[in-house]
Amino acid sequence: MNRSDFSIIAGWVKEGGRVLDLGCGDGALLASLEEARHVRGYGIDIADDNVLACVKRGVNVIQSDLESGLAGFADRSFDTVILSQTLQQIHRVETIINEMLRVGREVIVTFPNFAYWRHRVQLGVRGTMPVSETLPYEWYNTPNVRMFTVREFDRFCRDRGIAIIDREVQSDERKVTFAPNLFGQLAFYRIRQA
Amino acid sequence: MKTTPDSVGVVQAQTLRFAEPLPLQCGESIAGYELVYETYGTLNAEKSNAILVCHALNASHHVAGVYADQPDNLGWWDNMVGPGKAVDTNKFFVVGVNNLGSCFGSTGPASIDPRTGAPYGAAFPLITVEDWVDAQVRLADALGIVRFAAVMGGSLGGMQALCWSIRHPARIENALVIAAAPNLSAQNIAFDEVARQAILTDPEFHEGNFYAHGVKPIRGLRVARMIGHITYISDEQMAERFGRQAKGGAKFSFEPEFQIESYLRYQGDKFSEYFDANTYLRITKALDYFDPASGAGGDLALALKPATARFLVISFTTDWRFSPARSKEIVQALLDNGATVSYAEIAAPHGHDAFLLEDPRYHALVGAYLGRVRAAATEAAR
Repeated sequence: MNRSDFSIIAGWVKEGGRVLDLGCGDGALLASLEEARHVRGYGIDIADDNVLACVKRGVNVIQSDLESGLAGFADRSFDTVILSQTLQQIHRVETIINEMLRVGREVIVTFPNFAYWRHRVQLGVRGTMPVSETLPYEWYNTPNVRMFTVREFDRFCRDRGIAIIDREVQSDERKVTFAPNLFGQLAFYRIRQA
Repeated sequence: MKTTPDSVGVVQAQTLRFAEPLPLQCGESIAGYELVYETYGTLNAEKSNAILVCHALNASHHVAGVYADQPDNLGWWDNMVGPGKAVDTNKFFVVGVNNLGSCFGSTGPASIDPRTGAPYGAAFPLITVEDWVDAQVRLADALGIVRFAAVMGGSLGGMQALCWSIRHPARIENALVIAAAPNLSAQNIAFDEVARQAILTDPEFHEGNFYAHGVKPIRGLRVARMIGHITYISDEQMAERFGRQAKGGAKFSFEPEFQIESYLRYQGDKFSEYFDANTYLRITKALDYFDPASGAGGDLALALKPATARFLVISFTTDWRFSPARSKEIVQALLDNGATVSYAEIAAPHGHDAFLLEDPRYHALVGAYLGRVRAAATEAAR
């Protein structure tokens, strides 16, 4: 998570709101949001070292598997639910998105854009699976199980009547406005149940 | 001697007598009772660095260190509490207290009832987790501790920490609730009832007044402990440690053949020598009765509403006595309330007993959490 990722997310989160960060990692995002936006945050992560890192930072963390869902959480019990660069690692994409939209008034999803032009060159010209800053793995060791693009996520939302409140696509920490599905590396979506 | 540089070393138990009657949940009250406790580390001038350690079913105030005359009698949580350990006695003033009704020094069924001059026996009231906590509050008062930096415990000890957070929210900054549950399941109560029946039906129990007869219901207590012990260990762990190992082939007798039989008999024998049957009965009842949500129509979140403490809840994957799902009920209720809470599920093979054992991930987590507590306390003081 770099500075510009953080500032996009921070700008979309309500001051003093209740935030749930799924796959919170070492808690850096939540710690920053608590500091800058005074949110009451909770992270969910399955990895022991991430849980320890969050506790060290003083960030609330719940050790749990995202795939097992958010069944315990009441509808609309969070102002914002965040899934930052994790959706590509989720098997049950529709379930988790539906659950996030149920539990959160708003949802922020960020993911690497598979259709970024350098990725296209690697696959289309060189004939190899894309490896880049945003997809830093080889085909044999990648934790990513879902490869999708800005265009596909747009359609995913449209088909399900999910409202896109805001969308920003970035490359090298700069906003991409022209042909985002070609020139964007990272996509940020702010969505809610329509 | 088992003391090492990271041990609190030789410790001494202390006793405090409380004259003022303590009202109990059962409607009775107890007067002129004593609480035995130990302390490790130094209470700071602001008295803000105290941690209370609550014990579970068969433990006591002897949390860490050894006694000068019993160099092998190591405190039950010595791997957790000591200089530089997860509960760092260089920073914190740690208090271990023996609960009311116990048989390790605090007033209990084997103590002399001042009204009769004979042991209380059956006359000793049934105590609850709430009663223990109220008695611990009086100990805190006596020690001048207005607010504990943390109250912590595993199993039944974790229930006491939870109870503290609800019953005396202003007096506890952090609650560490480890391998606990918000109440006992029917299965838990069933195990307790079988254990109690073993004691109650022992002919030497004499309705709880066995002291007068110069006997002890050792057979009942032994079976009770054997049953309890089964629930403390995971199936995997039992398979790994004992499997079907047996001495020789089948002897077609009821002598202990399988190793697990010898182990349980040994545990039962050892326990029945030092534990009091009336205490065992009462502690299992306290476990069965514990149910903070019952006063809130079964709504645990509502029951936890008064709590202002920060929480660390820890469970162990193979604990089937108080499974991770039970800890998660506590966590969910706290989340629903918007409370400050973290939850860790430690992958450990040992079952319920894991909370007592050394595990680097578990201890690192407790240490990191308490490190923050200390940091917060220092920040607040500035």
